[in-house]
Parts: sequence; structure tokens; C-alpha cells
Amino acid sequence: MFLVFIAITLVITGWAARQSSGASAFFAAGRRITGWQNGVAVAGDYMSAASFLGIAGIIAFQGYDGFMYSVGFLVAYLTVLLIVAEPLRNAGKFTMADILAYRLSPRPVRAMAALSTLTVSTFYMIAQMVGAGTLVALLLKGSGITYNAAVAMVGILMVAYVVFGGMLATTWVQIVKAVLLIAGTCLLSVLVLAHFHFSLAEFFSAVTQVKDGAKVVNFLTPGLRYKPPYGALDLVSLGLALVLGTAGLPHILVRFYTVPDAKTARISVAWAMGIIGVFYIMTTFLGFGAATILGKAFIGKNGGINMSAPLLARALGGDIFFAFISSIAFATILAVVAGLTISASTSFAHDVYENVIHHARPKDGRPQSAKQTVLVARITACVVGAVSIAIAIILGPTFNVAFLVGLAFAVAASANLPVILMSIFWRRFTTQGAVTGLATGLISSLALIIISPSIMGIDGPAVAAAARHLIQAKALFPLENPGIVSIPLGFLGAFIGTLASRVSEDSAPKFTQFEVRANTGLGSEEALAQ
Amino acid sequence: MPAKTKMQSLPAPPDWRGVASHPEFKALMAAKVRFVVPATVFFMVYYFALPVLVGYAPGLMNRQIIGPVNLAYLFALSQFFMVGIVAWLYMRAAARFDRMAQSVLKQVKGDQIQ
Repeated sequence: MFLVFIAITLVITGWAARQSSGASAFFAAGRRITGWQNGVAVAGDYMSAASFLGIAGIIAFQGYDGFMYSVGFLVAYLTVLLIVAEPLRNAGKFTMADILAYRLSPRPVRAMAALSTLTVSTFYMIAQMVGAGTLVALLLKGSGITYNAAVAMVGILMVAYVVFGGMLATTWVQIVKAVLLIAGTCLLSVLVLAHFHFSLAEFFSAVTQVKDGAKVVNFLTPGLRYKPPYGALDLVSLGLALVLGTAGLPHILVRFYTVPDAKTARISVAWAMGIIGVFYIMTTFLGFGAATILGKAFIGKNGGINMSAPLLARALGGDIFFAFISSIAFATILAVVAGLTISASTSFAHDVYENVIHHARPKDGRPQSAKQTVLVARITACVVGAVSIAIAIILGPTFNVAFLVGLAFAVAASANLPVILMSIFWRRFTTQGAVTGLATGLISSLALIIISPSIMGIDGPAVAAAARHLIQAKALFPLENPGIVSIPLGFLGAFIGTLASRVSEDSAPKFTQFEVRANTGLGSEEALAQ
Repeated sequence: MPAKTKMQSLPAPPDWRGVASHPEFKALMAAKVRFVVPATVFFMVYYFALPVLVGYAPGLMNRQIIGPVNLAYLFALSQFFMVGIVAWLYMRAAARFDRMAQSVLKQVKGDQIQ
């Protein structure tokens, strides 16, 4: 089953490799992807292993609080739809930094934006790789394939997609995977409902009486994960990171460059929202289903929190269905990692190599440069692949993957979103403002994560080595989610940086130009001719 | 708008100032603000009401409304419908914005050719 998916995706990659030539084709699939295709691909990029494995796991273990992730992940798309998608498509070219560099001094802004893009992508990638690791460890138990070998295989496949197929192959891998994932989730939800004789009343009354050891717990009760005294603040903080972070995720933003115009970008967001909405409603059945049918103790013994959904599939549909769901989860990881790799390598090649190191001016017209940029992107993809294989092997399966992704969102929301918003709406916004905003957001969110209870804590001697906190000391910051502090800091940094610097002379006409282009599409990048 | 003779040679750079100062462009920007600002405020308030109420009014949110299902879950579920409705309203409004933008561009181009 899994081999079939790999075969299909490699055929797509081969086909895409023959299609793509030139920078616009490699980085943006020639801007010829249609609205629904891109919508499905955005959904594919977004519904990562974190959602499928991680949210199902958090709901299965901690009930209602896990569902808060589902809600936040979807509501976030309103920010993308209403505010970011269309100006981004109209004013940019390949990356998130384009929209900043349009009005501001390109080199410092691009360098900082590339740094934060790489940071967010790395966090996200770690989450996917940890998911892949736990999945493989469970799936291939006893077959001789080790965790390390499987992680290496994922890494090599993903580099192959990106290096040979570019954005076009990545897009189609996402589409195939999104369709599979939705099909698998629907099937699993139906099986869960069938278990409760298709009675929602029976289902929910089981959810209110989940056995947790000797106790009976109502899993619809909020606060099982986020406990007082700081639980409520943590929930708000998480919500902020999710709702504002999505519009700053580089691998989602680059997708809007693959369509011909802003209108299509908008339509693709609507498609993505439809698919994502259906998917996240079904996490109710996956998560609560695992909680009621399997129970915490069983999941804990048989692979851990991230394995709730596949184990549920085995309990309800037997080994074949288990293999099917596991393959989907694996395909999901593969596809999302490919999406992350291409956005990271695009950012490095386009922002750092082409515009910072070579300092190419828009009308330089050097025919060599596009080819070189694509080459640099391909090399970056290989490096990113190697690094993420190494990190995944070093880390091993310890964290909940939805939680890790939550942190990636927090970094994106603190560093990227403030400067994106200000460069769209604030006439006076300056280069220094963008650089300080990106830097404060990035540094504060990372620092707060390091001193938070997820990294710092004192473990008793009974805690296993893999589950121990990295720093054995009392946490300095009480919240797991840094967003509530670091996002305002990101905005504040951008604001103060702007006010402290002088406005350059061409700033006003450039903003006028930006405003017209962002809102009418005049002069924006066109699709490649067929 | 006064035509700029310099811009006749191909490829002419777009007449940014001409578009920006066009009354219909100003109307377009105002229309966008009129929709996007209230819509954003609404969905932010509606969304953050959920974690705030869940965190600070657990008694209220734990009240069972339909059978065993409590208010917290129903409120969370209602977010999905809220998202659908806001998105649908925006898609409708955006179709209107597209027409306004096209009309501005057409007129400015017309002015240039004269």
C-alpha cells in the first residue's frame, strides 16, 4: 500500500521534472495551478502529521483541550483569507520576504526573513520527523527496518521530490496525499460511529465517562491539559499563536504564488478551508474514539500518544486498515516535509543567494542568475534533507507532535506576522522596523520556549531518560505557549524600530505603488504561457 | 486623470499615481476597510471568547446543553460554522472588489491612451 503511494509520487516527480525549467517553474509551478488544485494542496500542506497523529493523540489523552487545537487551526484561515493571501500574491514573487522587500531595503529584510523562515521550517520539520519515527517504530516492529533507516528513507524521498520535481511535483504530492488523508479520516470516523451504533447520543455519553485508571473522567471537560493556575492563559496564548501564526507560515504562504492571480489565490483558500474544516471536525471522532474505545493505558503501552489514530484503526478495521491508515500518516509526513523543504530552499536561494549575496537588481536581466538560483535551491534541499534526517535521529520519539507544531506557529506569529501586517497597512513602516520586528519576535519566542515548562523542569529519578526535561531546573516562564508575550513583543519591536528610524524619501511613492499593486493586481507576476 | 505622454512607449511602467488618486480606487479601498475591519474584529472576538470563557468561566462552560454534550463543546463546534459564514460573506464581497478594481484599471488605461 505504502509502496504504491511512493510509486505514484515518483511518477509525478518524473513527469514534473520534464515540465519544469526556469525559476518560475521550479519555485512556483509556473503559476499555472488552478484554484481547487492549490486549495487541496494548501490543505495537504497544512493537515500535517501533527494534526492527524498529534491532535488525535491529545484529544485521546486530554480530551477537550486537544479540540482547541482543531478550532484554532481552522479559524486561522480567516486571517489568511481576509488579510494576507491576495496582497501577497499580487505584490510578491516567490517568498514571504518579497512582500517586505517590495517597499523596504531588500538586503537586511530578506536576510532576517530568511532566518525566521528557516527557523519555523526547522521546528515544523522536527515535528514531522518525530511523527515519522514513532510511526515506523510501531509499524515495522520486528521487520528488521530500524527507526534510523526509515527516517533516512523519508529524507531521501523528500529530497528527490523537491530536487527533481520542484514546486509542481510537490503540489501534486500534496494533492494525492490530501485526498488519501480525507478518505482515511472519513472511513475511520464512520467506523467509530458504527461502533456506537451510529448514535451520537451514545458516542457522547461514552465520551463523558472515560475510564482513566480507576477514575471515570468526563472528557468534554476543559482543563485536562491546561490546568490552573496558568492553564487559562496558556489556552489564550495557544489560540493567539494558532490564529496569527498560520498567516506567517512560509510553506503555506509560498503556495499562493503557484496560482495565476489573486482571485485564484482567494478561491484556493476557500477550497482549503472547506477541506480543513471537515477534517478538523472529524478529529472529534478520531480523538474521542481512541479515548473511549482504546483508553489511555492501552495507547500508552502500544506506541504512545502519537499513535492513537493508527491504533484505533487497528482496533476497528483490523490489520489491513491499520496498514492503510499508517501509510496515509506516512504519506502525510512525506508530503509535508517536501513542502517545508521547498519553502526553505526557495527562501535560501531566492532571498539569501540571489538577493543578498548577489544583490541582483530587478532589471539586471542576467540570464545566468535564474539557473544558478534553481541550482542553489536544489543544493539547499539536499542540505536541509541531510540536516533534518540527522535531527530526527538525534531527537527520537519524545514530544507530542501537535505541541511541537504549536511552537512553530508561535515563532511564525511572533516574527513573521507583525512585519507582514505592517508592510501591508502601515505607510510609515521602515526597514529598521522590519528588522527589529523580525528579530524581537524570533528571539523572544525562542527564548521563552527554552525557559518554559516544556524544556525546563525537575524530574524525579523515576522518569525515563527519553522523557526527561532538557534543562533540570525550575521553569522560569510558567506557560507552555509563548505567544501571548512574544507576539506583542514582535509587534512592539516592529513599531519601535520604525519610530526610531527615519523615513527614506522614496518610502511614500513606494507605498502608493504597493497599495495599488496589492489591491488591483496591476503589474503583478504573470503565469507562464503554456 | 491627466495622461502622461512619457508612458506611451512600450513596455510602459504602470501609472501607479494615476490609479492611486483615482476616486474609484479610493472607493475600493474604503469598501475593503468597511468589510475587512469589522469582519476581522468579529471573528477575533468570537474566537477568543472560547479560550477565555473556557479558562475563566468553567462552571458555565461545563453546563450540559444537549444530553451529555456541554456548552464548551457546542461553542467550539459553532466556531466551524462561524468560519464558514464569514468566509462565504468575504468571497461575495471580494467578487465585488474585483469588479471595482477592474473598472479602475480600465479607466486609467483609457486615460493613458487618449
